[in-house]
This record gives sequence, C-alpha cells and structure tokens, in this order.
Amino acid sequence: MTTVDHDQPHDTEKNTQRRFVMPEGIFAWLLVAPALIFICIIVAWPLVETFRLSFTDARIAGENYVGFENYADLAGDRKFHATIWRTFYWMFLSVGLKLVLGLIGATLLNAAVPGKALFRVLVMPPWVIPIAIGCIGWLWLYNGYFGLLSGMAQRLGITDGPIEFLAYKTSAFYSAIVTDVWVGTPMVTLFLLAAMQGVSRDLYEAAWVDGASRWYRFRRITIPQIMPVIVSMALLSAIWTFNSFEIIWILTEGGPRGATTTLIVDTYKTAIGNYKFGEGAARAVVIVILLALFSLIYMFFLNKVNKHYGSK
Amino acid sequence: MMDRYTRLQLVGIYAAAAVFLTFILLPFFEMFMASLRPLEHLFRSPYQFWSDDFSFDAYRQMWVTVPLLGRYILNSIYISFMVTGMTMIFVIPAAYAFARMDFPFKNATLAMFLGVNMFTGAVLLIPLYRVLRTLGLLNTYWAMIIPGVAFLIPTGIWLLRSYLEKIPRELEEAAYVDGANRIYTLRRVVLPLALPGLIVVGVAVFIGAYAQQFLFAITFNQTREYQPLPAGLYEFIGYQSVTWNEMMAAALVGVLPVMIIFLFLQKYLVAGLTAGAVKE
Repeated sequence: MTTVDHDQPHDTEKNTQRRFVMPEGIFAWLLVAPALIFICIIVAWPLVETFRLSFTDARIAGENYVGFENYADLAGDRKFHATIWRTFYWMFLSVGLKLVLGLIGATLLNAAVPGKALFRVLVMPPWVIPIAIGCIGWLWLYNGYFGLLSGMAQRLGITDGPIEFLAYKTSAFYSAIVTDVWVGTPMVTLFLLAAMQGVSRDLYEAAWVDGASRWYRFRRITIPQIMPVIVSMALLSAIWTFNSFEIIWILTEGGPRGATTTLIVDTYKTAIGNYKFGEGAARAVVIVILLALFSLIYMFFLNKVNKHYGSK
Repeated sequence: MMDRYTRLQLVGIYAAAAVFLTFILLPFFEMFMASLRPLEHLFRSPYQFWSDDFSFDAYRQMWVTVPLLGRYILNSIYISFMVTGMTMIFVIPAAYAFARMDFPFKNATLAMFLGVNMFTGAVLLIPLYRVLRTLGLLNTYWAMIIPGVAFLIPTGIWLLRSYLEKIPRELEEAAYVDGANRIYTLRRVVLPLALPGLIVVGVAVFIGAYAQQFLFAITFNQTREYQPLPAGLYEFIGYQSVTWNEMMAAALVGVLPVMIIFLFLQKYLVAGLTAGAVKE
C-alpha cells in the first residue's frame, strides 16, 4: 500500500480532493440543454401539433377529430397528385441546374487567372441579400411590357410582341425555376470551389507530368475528389429547393392556374390563405414524410458513393 | 507550368465568367436601371434600354412615399442583431459540447438539430402561430425574432462545431492541469481562441436572419411600425399606382447594410463557412 502512495505524485491527489469536477456527461448536457429546449418549443412541439391537427378539421374557431379524412381527401385529389409530381420535377430540375452551374462556376473560380478574387465577390450577392428583394428584381425582369428580357427580345427581333413570362403556365414555371437557380447557385459554387481547393496539388502535378490533359485531370481527379461534397450539396439544396416558398410566392403566388404551385405553396395557401388549418396540417405532414423518405434513400446512396470514392 | 493557359483558353475562361456574372448580376442591374427611370418613363412601351431622363429622384422621393421606410430598414437590422445575439447564446455552449465532449445520446441529439434544417417555417406556421399567440408575442418584434433564432441554431451549431474541433486540445488540457474549472476554461481559453470562428458564425447568422424575415413578418406581424424591409417594400404597391422606381431604389438601399458587412468580411466568411465542407 505504501508503495502506491509513493508512486502517485502528491499534487494530483490533493487536487482531486480540493476541487469538485463535474462529470463530463452532465456538464455537456447542461451546455446543450438551452438550445435543445428552445428548439423543442419552437420546432418540435409545433411539429407534433401539426401532426395532431392533421387529424382534425381545425379552422379559425373550433376543431373536431375527423380521423384520416384529410388524408383520404388528399389521396383522392388529382390536383394534389399533380402538385406532388410538380414539386419533385421542380426540385430535380432546379437542383440539377444548380449543380451544373455551380460546378462550372467553381471551375472558373478555381482557374489561376487574374481577377478571380473580384469574380468570387461578384458571384455571391444573390446568396447574401434577402430572397424577397432579389425576387422583386426578377419580377421586373419578367415583365412583358417594361422588363429588360422581353424588351431585348423584341429589339433583337426574336418576338413581335411583348412576352409576359409569368402569365402563361409553362413559361411561369420555368421562369420561377430560373429565379430559384439564381438564388441557389452562388452557395453551391462556393462550396464546390472550397472542395476543389482542398484537392491536393500533388495529384494534379503527377498527372500533369504524365501528360494528362486539363479535361482528363478534371474528369479523373477533380470530380472523384470532390464527389462527397457534390453529393452532400445536392441533398442540402434538394431540401431547400423542395421547401422554397418565397420565390414562388412573390413571383406568381402559385399561379397562373396552379402552374407553379408546389407542395409548400399549396400548404401555405390552404392553411394561411384559406384558414383550413386541419387540411393544411395534413399537407405539411405529407411534406415532412416525403422529405424524410427522400433523405433516407439519399443517405443510403451517399454511403455507397462515399465508400466508392474512398472518403473517410 | 501546369497552370499556364493558352491565349484561347484565357479568352474562353473570361467569356464564360462574363456570361456567368451576367446571369448573377442581371436582376441587380435591372433594379438599378428601373430605379433611375422616372415613373412615367418606366411604363413606356416599346422598351427603351437607354434614355436621357435618368435621375436619382426616386432615391429622394421614396422616403416621402413611404414615410416609415427608414424605420423598416432599422427594423430589419434590429431584428437581425437580436436574432444573432440570441442564436449565439444558444449555439456557443452547445457547439462546444458537441466539439469536445462525450455524452449519452450525443449523435442522436446532433442529428435532431440537423433534422430541423429539413423543415422550413412554412410547414410549421399554424402551430407556431398558436404558440406565439399563447406566449402573447404576436405582432411584436419577438414574433419575428424567436422563430428566426430557432431555424438558425442548427446551422450555427454545425458551423461552430467544425471550427472548435480545429482548436488544439492541449491548451484546454493545460488549463485543467493548472486547476481551472470547466466554465473558466470555456470562457478564458476556448472563446478567445475561437474568436475568428465566432465572428464568422455570427456574420453568417446575421445574413441568414436578414434574409429570412419575410415569411415570419407577413404571417406573425400585423403591426406596421415593426415590419422589416422585405415586407415593408410592399407598401410601394399603393392604392392608385405602384411606384416601382421608388420600390427598386428602396430595395437597393435596403440591402446596403448587409452588403457592406459582407464585403468587409467575405474572405473570412467564405473560408469559415466552407471549412466544414472540405474537412470530410
């Protein structure tokens, strides 16, 4: 016993007696608790409430339990089915364009040419400013009589009369996509750029010494190396695009004749516009379920991709 | 060398960059042009690209048309500052715990925070409306601040956590050995070291808060005096005519605060925000 005492440095023993050290687990929970409680009140509890409301016919005053009636209505509503497909089409098209443009933008920003610092600053404004304000600019651009796009098209003789971009079903939908891509591209660009800059120069130099062309290096080194970032950016922007509300609301309010109504716009119109809280809640639950399913499937593929490209 | 481009490649790069930037900057250009045109000229058809009666009158007149405009801009800034302050108070301790400590259900809790990113305010508006009504916060600044904080906490935790993980542990351990307790270590050792990261996350939250006000403002707040700029801009859509030129001018002036902050800090901001993406 005495030998042990001699082995231990004296100071440590004194210290443990003198001060009380809180167990790490408890201290960590104390640090996390405020944020967690806040989120529970403002996000988790409303989520539970949404779920409950979706089984009622809640309106401004009063609510009755109606079971699965709201869901049954949605299941039989062909307009709602169309909205679901439109939302996914909206999401895939917009995210695809954002990734392609982001990849092009990042490659340009990554090129070792003079002026790229300025280029990088000029790419970012759509990401920094409030979406609502950028959309006001687009609203004017799309105006058939006074906007630049239609005006230039007429000047150049592409069309005879004014083009009201937001007045027709097809053009309104694609115009909204363009604006959504405009809002989302800068962030994708910057994250892909950061990923590209993280790729080791040695790889490029080795390939260069072997005589690999620029395009070959891009295809065989850059793309595989940044693949994990591409796929996680794709998921993030997919979720944001799916939930994109302000752009559509400001440009078209979901019109003309529902052509730009995605699930989120439909939910907002039903719940806030028409005060049908119960029916709106059922739509919100559908959104949550679809997004969760989508994310799960995506995560599954993400793991495969990461394994394939040997990411940690 | 490897990075050298032929003349043709250089032309290609700059041409592509020009096209890219045209797309990005076109709406700003259009807003600026519209803000310079007198109202009657704005509605002139056929479209004229250039005209000789451009003026900055709208930038003067807009304060008269919408007397509360200055107030709206200040509201936007005030709300964003409050959101940023509150978010950081929640984020700093939580991010530290996630970066440094082991505790039961750590990964599940982190996943839950990140899961919040899957929902937008729009999905939760109805119950959120009721929660805010119960708390008596509808039609106050808090109706826009509190939901804003909730939706920025997860991103804040995520960003700050990856920053804190890069700070070497040795310094904290040295402080422990010297007998400092946990709170003291956090306050006097970790936070000063993390200051650049705190600034990056703070600015990111501020920009996020400035950007996200529209939905909460139009849904939870009917009090004109508290309205932030994106919602206040709709006042230019008047009873008789829409003064588009003034609306564009006001929108451009309204984004100035956040653009200025951004321009000064963009280098650090981008490096900090994308650090998490590169690491994995």
